[in-house]
Amino acid sequence: MSGHASTYEPKTGFTKWLDSRLPVVRLAYDSFVDFPTPKNLNYWYTFGGILAVCLMTQILTGVVLAMHYTATVDGAFASVERIMRDVPYGWLIRYIHSNGASMFFLAVYIHMFRGLYYGSYKAPREILWILGVVIFLLMMGTAFLGYVLPWGQMSYHGANVITGLIGAVPVIGDSIKAWLMGGPSIGNQTLQRFFSLHYLLPFMIAGVVILHIWALHVPGNNNPTGVEVRKDKEGLKQDTVPFHPYYTVKDGFAIVVFLIIFAAFVFYMPNVLGHADNYIEANPLVTPAHIVPEWYLLPFYAILRAITFNLGPIDAKLLGVIAMFGSIAVLFFLPWLDTSKVKSMRYRPVARQFFFGFVVAGLLLGWCGAANPDDPIIPMGSDKLVVSYTDANGNEATQTYEEYEAAATFREQKMSEGVEAIIAVEKAPAFRFVHLAQLLTLYYFAYFLVILPLLGLRENPKDEPASIHKAVLGHDRAAPAPAE
Amino acid sequence: MSDAQTKPHETVDEDRRDFIHIATAATAVAGAGALAYVFVDQMNAASDTKAASSLDVDVSKVPVGGEIRVLIGGKPFFIRHRTPAEIRAAQSVDLSSLPDPQSDEERLVPMQSGEYNPAILVTSGSCTHLGCVPVGPAQGNTGDFGGWYCPCHGSHYDTSGRIRRGPAPANLPVPDYNWLSAAVINISL
Ligand code: HEM
Ligand code: FES
Repeated sequence: MSGHASTYEPKTGFTKWLDSRLPVVRLAYDSFVDFPTPKNLNYWYTFGGILAVCLMTQILTGVVLAMHYTATVDGAFASVERIMRDVPYGWLIRYIHSNGASMFFLAVYIHMFRGLYYGSYKAPREILWILGVVIFLLMMGTAFLGYVLPWGQMSYHGANVITGLIGAVPVIGDSIKAWLMGGPSIGNQTLQRFFSLHYLLPFMIAGVVILHIWALHVPGNNNPTGVEVRKDKEGLKQDTVPFHPYYTVKDGFAIVVFLIIFAAFVFYMPNVLGHADNYIEANPLVTPAHIVPEWYLLPFYAILRAITFNLGPIDAKLLGVIAMFGSIAVLFFLPWLDTSKVKSMRYRPVARQFFFGFVVAGLLLGWCGAANPDDPIIPMGSDKLVVSYTDANGNEATQTYEEYEAAATFREQKMSEGVEAIIAVEKAPAFRFVHLAQLLTLYYFAYFLVILPLLGLRENPKDEPASIHKAVLGHDRAAPAPAE
Repeated sequence: MSDAQTKPHETVDEDRRDFIHIATAATAVAGAGALAYVFVDQMNAASDTKAASSLDVDVSKVPVGGEIRVLIGGKPFFIRHRTPAEIRAAQSVDLSSLPDPQSDEERLVPMQSGEYNPAILVTSGSCTHLGCVPVGPAQGNTGDFGGWYCPCHGSHYDTSGRIRRGPAPANLPVPDYNWLSAAVINISL
């Protein structure tokens, strides 16, 4: 792979015999031992290794859970409770799996922001980036399917909301929805297929991960300077170090730190990232008051709900669905949307500000996704109570109050006169979560569709270092005066 | 191989080869299509799932002012026994003021005699916004218009199940049902 000549030399009789039949040791050696890696990778570059650990953790714990889990509407909830109470160490394995999903997303988000910051999506790494977005999509699908399996209230009603989105697609939406659910509603048949697919998708992810690493090893790693490794022999030697032991150790250290944080969740706060409602068995007749997805899907949920207006013939609901899927689809086109020749934001001072704005927008969108869209963030005035009644002439009349006491007294007085009167709350004007979410959604799309395309053409980047080697030696700063 | 052996094969009939290639490819495509159809169709509702998609309900058991909720194929439905005041409220609304204009009568199904029984209102139990199940008289909250209230995002429905305020775009749909007798209805999906 990757054009660099293989340096593997089998030593024993057996490895020689194997190497001439299935050179798998050679492949591993060339990919993870003597792989030339830029010598300036920082800790943001350790998340790839962390993600590999996450995937293996989910597959291992998942296969074990599947040994004890029952995929029927009558048995699922009880079987998860049995895992928690009766299966030896079942609680541990389930907590690793459920918190593992969160840790997986934490790592993937950092990994993706890293790519955005250092321009790792740009030529020659477009395919690498696109495969990453495919993995991200598969992960979201897998996590959504997995969350349905314990068959709690959030499982059921969350799945209802998400499948309901498909129903928003005109003409064919309802048939696709019925086809996915295998019936008129989410039922036993749905749970069974979700389980089957939840088992399958992680292995598809593993397959795409192999392609992802392949696509990484052809051009080689990007690095914090965004300057490519020199191809000539001397340059290659100066700019890189072998993967082992330099990055096996660095990655290993990061993995240990990550696992400590992971363990803190599993052992000390296994349920903080979950929802109490999911410990109530699913009941199709009672909807929980506040349906929210898992934290890692909140920004996209916020984008979905931010769209409260129609656009021409497209109604708000469909437009919300389009915006939500569009927010991920736009990532596929990013390599061609960003027009800058300079990869790393280190040398793009203006773009860097917008990037940090983008990170903040992502976090705030998550905050909006968790909140009730109608709740005020900045209230302007206070809510009023309006009592509506029919006056003596038979006309509709209203009376506005600040205090509940006064409104209630007035209503009772009217009622005692035999006049029907109702109290309603008149919401004071406010800057609400839905407004914030709308602004952030606008910024999210503007970042990709306006800022990055235009900025690349207009900005004035700083000088990039001549090579990774020079940058590491601190020679990347512009010379004070022409020395020659 | 000797020349003598290869000679007879040297004249290649290109048309014949093309035919074989096209015929093979066409058969493979047709086979793949047939297989895909099977694998797609197996996801559709199975016969027993479809068979469980209608239900007879004895509406005489519903108390005045109350409702019962039934699940058909996993979908919730409301059967409400409306009070005379609720019926009047439903009938006296100015239709032009409704987000999804429908008269109360349009939302009922005539009995076998051809008459309407406005006391019994049958609607779907999933909010037309995002599918939550609204609360009603049994939960002690009928919203600002006396019908149902959806706690998820605050949709208010009136005593005819029509949307009056909130994010839901449409009235609670009236399912397919018919009167088997003066007391029993059959609801189907
Ligand atoms: C990409 C990797 C995976 C992710 C992100 C993931 C995510 C999840 C999530 C979020 C849940 C719900 C946890 C809960 O609240 O209880 C879950 C449950 C489950 N998963 Fe996975 N999963 C993955 C891989 C697997 C694999 C490979 C299997 C193998 C069969 C599996 C089997 C199960 C089972 C049986 C449950 C139900 C038990 C439970 O709820 O704890 N998962 N998964
Ligand atoms: S689902 Fe009923 S208001 Fe949103």
